[in-house]
Amino acid sequence: MVLTEELNTPQDRFGNLLNSKHGTYILPLITTLLLFIGWELAVRLFSIPEFILPAPSAILAEIPQWGGAVAKNAWTTLVTTLLGFLAALALGVLLGFMIGYSKLANLTIYPLLIGFNTIPKVALVPLLSIWFGIGAVPAVITAFLLAFFPIAVNVAIGLATVETEMQDVLVSLGASRFEVFQKVGLPHTMPYLFASLKVAISQAFIGSVIAETVASNGGIGYVILSASSNFNVPLAFLALLALAVMGVILYSFFMVLEKRFVHWI
Amino acid sequence: MLMQQVEQSVKGAVQIEGLSVSFHRQGRENRVLEEIQLGIRPGEFACLLGPSGCGKSTLLNLVAGFIKPTAGYVTVDQQPITRPGADRGFVFQQYSLLPWKTTFQNIELGLKIRGLSKPSRRELVDDYLNRVGLYKHRNSYPYQLSGGMQQRASIVRALVNSPSVLLMDEPFAALDAQTRHMMQELLLDIWEDLKTTVIFVTHDIEEAIFLGDRLYIMGVQPGHIKAELPIRLSRPRHFDDTLSTEFINLHRQVFECIREETLKSMEAG
Repeated sequence: MVLTEELNTPQDRFGNLLNSKHGTYILPLITTLLLFIGWELAVRLFSIPEFILPAPSAILAEIPQWGGAVAKNAWTTLVTTLLGFLAALALGVLLGFMIGYSKLANLTIYPLLIGFNTIPKVALVPLLSIWFGIGAVPAVITAFLLAFFPIAVNVAIGLATVETEMQDVLVSLGASRFEVFQKVGLPHTMPYLFASLKVAISQAFIGSVIAETVASNGGIGYVILSASSNFNVPLAFLALLALAVMGVILYSFFMVLEKRFVHWI
Repeated sequence: MLMQQVEQSVKGAVQIEGLSVSFHRQGRENRVLEEIQLGIRPGEFACLLGPSGCGKSTLLNLVAGFIKPTAGYVTVDQQPITRPGADRGFVFQQYSLLPWKTTFQNIELGLKIRGLSKPSRRELVDDYLNRVGLYKHRNSYPYQLSGGMQQRASIVRALVNSPSVLLMDEPFAALDAQTRHMMQELLLDIWEDLKTTVIFVTHDIEEAIFLGDRLYIMGVQPGHIKAELPIRLSRPRHFDDTLSTEFINLHRQVFECIREETLKSMEAG
């Protein structure tokens, strides 16, 4: 058949992959692989010294010696990040509800939040370590501080942008205020909430790693800091790699969750 | 079935008495509707026709209970209207189906809110879905439906609650001409069957004459009823009727009446 022949040109097969389910993980894997190959070649070609930029092979060669330690500290960072993120989710949703539903809260709390959000959080870590000592607590708090703002703002926007017509539909069908919220306000806010979760989880990672490099004795941030001060640049890169992998995994987790809960967009 | 029809044709009397609405903005009074007086009989198909800015949608929103009048009142079957309720089904121009619910789920909303059991909800909804040819699409989401299908679903969403009055705010204005004609005929079919009172807002003269038993032509500044015109074309009506001399004469008559108001409304900007 002419039709099937036409569909089998390389361009069409690429188009199929682009739109298929497998494409969503095969294509990023290919770009990652290409990046590492280019990186490896560049380091060898220009003979870049290892303490400036180690080749991927040199980074992976650290695994037998340091893999266990990196994994242990990655776990610490993961737990810290998730604790901060969960706190941010709880308070962010609560604040978002207040700002989105109450004009008073919008006028009183929202400006404070914006002001607070412009403070660089790295500047707060030394203070946090004075108040809470060196360790996991400042890291959890920093992760929380970075992650709650996008959640609060998005939930507020979601609630504030519900079409009045849709609320009118429910009211005209005899729905109570709570039913209007449950059937319109809440589902309308879901896409906003999930979009913010993907941002917030990355922010939480940034927060915990920042705190670990300043006021901690564990975690990926701490590994990077001590590896750099020992000029063990490949180890620092291994730690960075572990961080990137964790970030991608959690981001994908929320993406899958989003697809399940927000299927209509 | 017969009993139900008799019962349905008895309810749905709409009385509007001395109704005025004005808004205050920056210290100035903006009169939207003034001294509206009209009575719609049970089972009647009434069309509110007028240029933009004549307050026809405001009048409909008052009957729905979405807004409150400054003076006067609306009653449906002698009950004064104070707030929205499922006894007055509302159909919006923009369909307003919930995007996260299927056709079926959208239509059963009112029944669910009233606490009907699942089997009786299914029976009622499926019956209406069949009537408007949407049964096949009952598990589709709104974004998978055409505009005409979405509007059919939204009409059925209102009708499934057996309202005394069906309020329609330019429901077909967003549809293309062919779909609009189909929808007008479909609406008349359902209405002949149920004999629910309909108040239909439109700015389309042909649509108003084709559908209505009675036209209320509205004027501007402030909104008022300028003329009331019974349409005595025989029923059931078909699209061919729009080409009859009688129809064309009515069209001319209404056009003359409304033209003056349209000019006024254009000058007012």
